[in-house]
Amino acid sequence: MTQKELFASGHRGCPGCGAAMATRMMLRATGDDVIVVSPTGCLETFTSMYGESCWEVPWFHGLFENAGAIASGVEAALKMQGRTDTKVVAIGGDGGTFDIGIGALSGMLERGHNVTYICYDNEAYMNTGVQRSSATTPYASTTTSPAGSHSMGKTRPKKNLAAIALAHDVPYVATASIAYPQDFMNKVKKSLTFQGSRFIHVHAPCPIGWGFDTALTVEVGRLAVETGLMPIWEAEYGEITKVRKIREVKPIEEYLKVQRRFRHLFASDAGKKELAALQELCNKNIEKMGLAGERKVTTDVS
Amino acid sequence: MGKKAVIEGSMAIAIAVKQARPHVISAYPITPQTHIMEFLADFVANGELKTEYLRVDSEFSAASVAQGAVAAGSRAYTASASQGLLLMTEVLYNVAGMRLPMVLTGVNRSVGTPVNIQPDHQDTVLFRDTGMIQLYVEDAQEAYDAHVQAFRIAEDRDVLLPVLVCVDGWTISHTFEPVEVEEQEKIDAFLPPYKPLYHLDPKKPYTFGSISIDKDLMEFRYLHEEAIQGAKAKIEAIAREFEKTFGRYYGGLTQSYKTEDADIVFVAMGSIIGTLKEAVDELRAQGKKVGVLKVRSYRPFPVEEIRAALANAKVACVIDRAISIGFGAGPLTIDTQAALYGPNAPQVLPFYAGLGGKDVELKHVAEMVAKAEKAAAGEAVSAEPEYVNINWNLVS
Repeated sequence: MTQKELFASGHRGCPGCGAAMATRMMLRATGDDVIVVSPTGCLETFTSMYGESCWEVPWFHGLFENAGAIASGVEAALKMQGRTDTKVVAIGGDGGTFDIGIGALSGMLERGHNVTYICYDNEAYMNTGVQRSSATTPYASTTTSPAGSHSMGKTRPKKNLAAIALAHDVPYVATASIAYPQDFMNKVKKSLTFQGSRFIHVHAPCPIGWGFDTALTVEVGRLAVETGLMPIWEAEYGEITKVRKIREVKPIEEYLKVQRRFRHLFASDAGKKELAALQELCNKNIEKMGLAGERKVTTDVS
Repeated sequence: MGKKAVIEGSMAIAIAVKQARPHVISAYPITPQTHIMEFLADFVANGELKTEYLRVDSEFSAASVAQGAVAAGSRAYTASASQGLLLMTEVLYNVAGMRLPMVLTGVNRSVGTPVNIQPDHQDTVLFRDTGMIQLYVEDAQEAYDAHVQAFRIAEDRDVLLPVLVCVDGWTISHTFEPVEVEEQEKIDAFLPPYKPLYHLDPKKPYTFGSISIDKDLMEFRYLHEEAIQGAKAKIEAIAREFEKTFGRYYGGLTQSYKTEDADIVFVAMGSIIGTLKEAVDELRAQGKKVGVLKVRSYRPFPVEEIRAALANAKVACVIDRAISIGFGAGPLTIDTQAALYGPNAPQVLPFYAGLGGKDVELKHVAEMVAKAEKAAAGEAVSAEPEYVNINWNLVS
């Protein structure tokens, strides 16, 4: 990992911003011979106010829905110019990746460009004021899925974008969390060794949107993993090669209780059904992905 | 001397693009743009063209891929039509605002609903305010020439703007015409490889696509407007340099045909110019003083050239192949009227013609002239736009 700081201090991100952490770690892993592409989102607005820039590497922000396509064009141009040592990385939020940008991302993955696309997932449209996305955890209260006397928050499941990426038959797909920086940075670095498209989903808690103390970003991120809500794994050439085992599985309530967005689930007995459903979701993840107990698969090269 | 061959308009464009040696081409099919992209795919398959040819997932991605490639310092090309161009809209504003010199072809086709695959200009006039340069061509030869020129214009260090070359679908894109194709070496000399002023390079990292607020957004707009106004002289100069090199000149911002002594001048864009020139020749043989002013550059709009060309005319018949629904005139009429506003301006008679591919024959031109003659003689005629060749039975 490079020790050089490529993500300058003084950005306008909120205290405890998970997206800023993810970006800083990402650049540690890529080094400075990189071109970074971002869709519209928090990251773009808090790093690129005209006249200032946090980016010590070339950085391109186009639109909300086209980072995958812009990165494809950059990569194709570099190939024609013979600048193939320079890496191309895209990093964007869940709105720009799970939702509006999924078409361009799918196109990029299908064509197999040498790009690592990283989605920092803070589970809602934070830049516009915490609106629900397809990455929002079920039953979270957001400004467009508010809890109320007739609502328990977001009703639909979280989209499994990493699985969708995997279905494109790309060489490398991984999930990660900013709560495990070394693991995330290793995955970014490892992704760059593959020929073809790579996708990394990194969980990045948002203190403002989720409603927790700004000092607790890493802890909240860790709880998401330790409860089984956010499985951490990696896959090479379509096969899952590694999962992060949970030493001591925690009940989902420990994760939910520290966040304002789930407050309504504890306000009365009415939330019991949803709490049970979320616990069941974690149980299923743990079972399906084999998250409990000791490591079984150890083909990690990082 | 180049080589003259009878080829399809789409082939003329594909050859021009091939000879421009773009690093990246992004293709998404839409009728009637498809032949251009198919011919280019053939060139790649045959080894005639070395490029990254990307078959993308949408027109939105087609424009975005080309944008990314230009930002990375490469020459890039794409093309679309109608609904596909509309899907590119947000990207094209972005490309123009970022001052990235990409070239794309708009194969003109009407816009739904109702769905229609025939030519008019409803699709490309939409881009009026994007800050892109828009050139309209009249035939396959000009389509070839204009594409070669477009890269030069776009990449000029004083311009740095995307150029949209507008080519009427079918009438030009799918029609076989004799076209002179120049030798590659001569094209290479006229159009050297793209040398970007700014590009994505780790050795000199730039931030592209910053967020801008009230303190500087207007200043960006000012510079953009300055650049496209400055492009007027470049478009003319590059067309003249092309003439000097290859011996053909289809106009710079405009082209006048028999307007010097004309009382009645048609103002129009695109393939209808050919019909109008033929009609003018016939009408001149009958002793009528008519001419044609081709608007080749719709943006930047040739205000001074139009004023000069119409200085002695009594009536300007403006033909629109698009409607600004809700205004009561077409975009070319509105702009021409604005350009001519003031004392001694000729009377403007607006016509909608060729919408959705509606046929415009010589007799229709003669009818327009008959109306203009009345106006020229001082008779009161309606200044409301006339729907040429409309089937009143369908609308009554």
